[in-house]
Amino acid sequence: MLDQVFVLLKHWLLGYSPAAIQPEVSILLTILPILLVFPVLFALTTVLERKGLGRIQNRYGPNRVGFYGILQPMADALKSLTKEDIVPASADRAVHFLAPLVLLAVAFLPYAVLPIGRNMIAANLDAGVLFFFAIGAISELSVFMAGWSSRNKYSLLGAMRAVAQMISYEVPLLLSSIAVIMAAGSLNTVEIVNKQAGFSGIFPHWYVLTPWGFAGFVLFMIAATAETNRSPFDLPEGESEIIAGYYLEYSGFKFALFFLGEYLGMFAISGLGITLFLGGWGAPLPFLTWVPSWIWFFAKLLGLIIGFIWVRGTLPRLRMDQLMNFAWKFMLPMALVVVVSAGAWRFLPQGVTRWLVSTLLLAVAYALLARGVETRNKIAKRTYRFAE
Amino acid sequence: MRQMSAAFLILAIVTMIAACAAMTLRGLVHCALALAVAFAGIGTLYLSLGAQFLGLAQLLVYVGAIAVLIVFVILLTRGGDGDASPLIPTGLPITGIVVATTILALLAWAVFHSFAMHSLGPPATPATVRELGTVLMAEYVLPLEVIGLMLTAALIGAVVVAMKEKQDTQ
Amino acid sequence: MTPLAGCLLVSSMLFAVGLAGALTRRNTILVLVGIELMLNAANLNFVAFWRFGHHAGVSTGVIFGLFSIAVAAAEAAVGLALILAVYRHTKTTDLSLLTGRAQ
Repeated sequence: MLDQVFVLLKHWLLGYSPAAIQPEVSILLTILPILLVFPVLFALTTVLERKGLGRIQNRYGPNRVGFYGILQPMADALKSLTKEDIVPASADRAVHFLAPLVLLAVAFLPYAVLPIGRNMIAANLDAGVLFFFAIGAISELSVFMAGWSSRNKYSLLGAMRAVAQMISYEVPLLLSSIAVIMAAGSLNTVEIVNKQAGFSGIFPHWYVLTPWGFAGFVLFMIAATAETNRSPFDLPEGESEIIAGYYLEYSGFKFALFFLGEYLGMFAISGLGITLFLGGWGAPLPFLTWVPSWIWFFAKLLGLIIGFIWVRGTLPRLRMDQLMNFAWKFMLPMALVVVVSAGAWRFLPQGVTRWLVSTLLLAVAYALLARGVETRNKIAKRTYRFAE
Repeated sequence: MRQMSAAFLILAIVTMIAACAAMTLRGLVHCALALAVAFAGIGTLYLSLGAQFLGLAQLLVYVGAIAVLIVFVILLTRGGDGDASPLIPTGLPITGIVVATTILALLAWAVFHSFAMHSLGPPATPATVRELGTVLMAEYVLPLEVIGLMLTAALIGAVVVAMKEKQDTQ
Repeated sequence: MTPLAGCLLVSSMLFAVGLAGALTRRNTILVLVGIELMLNAANLNFVAFWRFGHHAGVSTGVIFGLFSIAVAAAEAAVGLALILAVYRHTKTTDLSLLTGRAQ
């Protein structure tokens, strides 16, 4: 009953609206929670991140505003709303204005295909996972628009690096999802979650608990960190590297919109990782299925966010060439091996054999590739590459 | 006109304006961005016609990859600062516009005098991903393999052609 | 005017715009842009006939469109690589300067 409380609420409210506009009211009632919940989650995450990073770095985070700093997002919102909106004189006004809007629109769209609970999905598309990746690909264009329109060499450089990074890491992201799609037999997110719903003994049928699923999940999360320009892959926007990269020339509310877009992208891709690998809204243990499904989704989402914050506070930033090498020379072959391993898992009979074959494939590939990446550390004479 | 929905009309108009903008704007990067909008419009048209997989593949490949590639090449060939050719071309290029207008007139005449103005066929089967996959593996497996080979060849070829040659004189 | 005729008119107009641009503009990259527009117009034609035409439920239109997208992607990649290589040799992308060069 508590599980379906939002669905029942929506149907109850729908009953009160006139029959003529019921489809539109239904759409509105589906979209509104997404538009309200995830920005609130964004606000909470900013506080969590700053306090978390502070504790990792042996200091308190913000603790002036409100009880232990919990009202800090309010202060941040007020600050960004009241700052003067400066647009450089030589900037391309139309594109400069449109870039944050495009980014925000494209950041909200992927939530339509994430199943947040049982029967709680905004758009049950037949090709849901493909929709997610198509929208993610569009966001690269908005990053480029932001960087180019500022007519600033540093912005442009940051934008080019960000786009190159996003394109490079899209391939391992897609390949590790293809392994899951192959195992589940469908691109529909609801069906992928349903395939992971059973329990064998005490262990759920989540894909992360299979050898190829675990490797795929790790690859997916690394690629997700790079896709959303989070540390340690935040060279295009690092404060000490390139000032602020592609959103350098934005001030005030537009800067806050970029921030919002980046964090929303992070939540969306974590949501997809949860749907594909961690069993969506399913409970981890068979005696915990009485807890509502949407609580499990948000609990897993919170766990992944804490993972992102932890990694940000721990690992140093990767250089651009190290980043690209890692994507093309390690992650791409590894993702291909994950797909092969998933195929072996699917077609071998149940038992020890398929565990052994899958794990062996992955271990051998990892050992060979890791050695390959290591030996490329020669310090060569610095050369410059231009197009001509 | 009443049979066409407002959504289709809006999408068609947006795509047309974006395509015209892509071919007439002065700044090269503006042209490329307008092209991206045109691609997105066409992808949304596919989605409205019920071809879900094709529309999303169009968005992923054309907007997410080809438009970004065009933008990269514009910046690598230093086209971002200068501007493109003048808006009203002189001399021979007028022929291009005349040819295009003639072809448009011909196609429009063909459409208006065809069966398309009067009849609608039966509703098409929904092309679910499962059916597309089955058809690709059963009937169209040979074109699929050939396309795989062609994409590999194009990838290697593009990298080789665009790679900087090793300098003989250091 | 049926929806089919509407789609066909839109694709005809897109084709004409792409053709005009490919024949008129002096920058090589914009010629490629025109070619991509023409390919998209043809794809739209395919999907329109798949959706509204007279045939018995086959998904040939969609499959052809998919293959066409793949071919267009490969062709755009190779074409842009060629443009880069030509730029490296001649330092220009202006067609009026490139045509008539020594064969």
